[in-house]
Amino acid sequence: MKTCLVVDDSRVIRKIACRILQDLSYETEEAENGIMALESCRRRMPDVILLDWQMPQMTGIEFLRALRSEASGHHPVVVFCTTENDVVHITEALGAGADEYIMKPFDREIIEAKFAEVGLVMAQR
Amino acid sequence: MNQQDFAYLADVLRRRSGLMLTEKKTHLVESRLVPVMRRFGFRDVGSLLKELHYGHEALVQAVIEAMTTNDSSFFRDRKTFEEFRDIVLPTLMVDRAESKHLRIWCAACAAGQEPYSVAMILEDFKLLAKGWTITLIATDINSQMITRAQEGLYSQFEVQRGLPIRRLVGNFMQEGTNWRISDSLRRMVTFRTFNLLDSFGWLPDLDVIFCRNVLMYFDHKTRLSVFDRIGDVLAQDGALLVGPAELVSGLTIGYAPSEGAPGLYYKTEPVPLHRRAAGQRLDRIPA
Ligand SMILES: C[S@@+](CC[C@H](N)C(=O)[O-])C[C@H]1O[C@@H](n2cnc3c(N)ncnc32)[C@H](O)[C@@H]1O
Repeated sequence: MKTCLVVDDSRVIRKIACRILQDLSYETEEAENGIMALESCRRRMPDVILLDWQMPQMTGIEFLRALRSEASGHHPVVVFCTTENDVVHITEALGAGADEYIMKPFDREIIEAKFAEVGLVMAQR
Repeated sequence: MNQQDFAYLADVLRRRSGLMLTEKKTHLVESRLVPVMRRFGFRDVGSLLKELHYGHEALVQAVIEAMTTNDSSFFRDRKTFEEFRDIVLPTLMVDRAESKHLRIWCAACAAGQEPYSVAMILEDFKLLAKGWTITLIATDINSQMITRAQEGLYSQFEVQRGLPIRRLVGNFMQEGTNWRISDSLRRMVTFRTFNLLDSFGWLPDLDVIFCRNVLMYFDHKTRLSVFDRIGDVLAQDGALLVGPAELVSGLTIGYAPSEGAPGLYYKTEPVPLHRRAAGQRLDRIPA
């Protein structure tokens, strides 16, 4: 079973996302900010990370930069999931090593579509 | 809506658009007709349907448009677009190396997601820069869809289904919460309102035809007729792409599936002379 770490400071969003991901046969972990996410990754690296941007302590983009400097290559796959829905933020995220980008609000269909996209990204590498 | 009204509506739809209505859908039908009823100022759906008997063309067209199902998404059924990218296009680039002209038709393009996906792949191949001429025609019976497609403006929800994020930032401009397709992609596509039941005579010879997720709404006879006439406009070595679950072989002679590529069909034999309308593109028939 593949694992997905859901990083978001909103408990409600984490819960919704986890439920969708579990339906997609993912084992889920949760973290409420970047620092906790890094700790979680050091304990056990997930296959995919669903990542919010604005969070107290350490933001999503700071977390991503830290993660990519620690782990090599594009593992794990990182999918942003955020209300920062503009080209500037998206471009910054891709530059920092994000693989996909979900603009909130999201639903089951979007998560499914974007995860399919990520599958393709991995297959092409 | 009484049974008689329903039967009449079903008959008009079948004759005019090929679309099939089953009694089970009465509720859906009513809810789809309500906006048309309001637009034309009818009191209720019943009086709208009575007026339909007089064959008022704008009303008939509006009713047909309301009854179409227009769901689509960019790169829908990704496998189809991979087949286009990996099999169809490379072959044609060799076969058309001399004329450097590619002619593609999306036969039921909804709000444009399909032709724009095709255009993105063509752009990946840098065909225009390499001196190719691209004729990319996209049609749909629904004129509102064609208007939307020409505008090329999509909601945040629509661009998140099937469109990789790099394609989104590379090929669209953000307008508020919507996203507009780039001018270069829009310029590649010629949109036109067109009913698949009408004559294909205006179409050029085509190298690729996308006819996806539309024939499933038609009855058997209409499907046969469309496939038959597609055969008339598809070049002998041209490719036909249908939805992965849509069957072509067995339905009509003259097409063979490509092994390992669901939904991709090639013509098997020249279309016999007697099946062509007199004077129509006889130049293309092999001697
Ligand atoms: C479900 S959409 C499919 C769109 C796209 N080809 C895809 O696969 O995503 C079906 C489209 O067929 C169009 N359509 C239905 N009857 C038609 C007809 N007789 N002639 C042309 N288009 C038709 C509808 O308006 C609708 O936009």
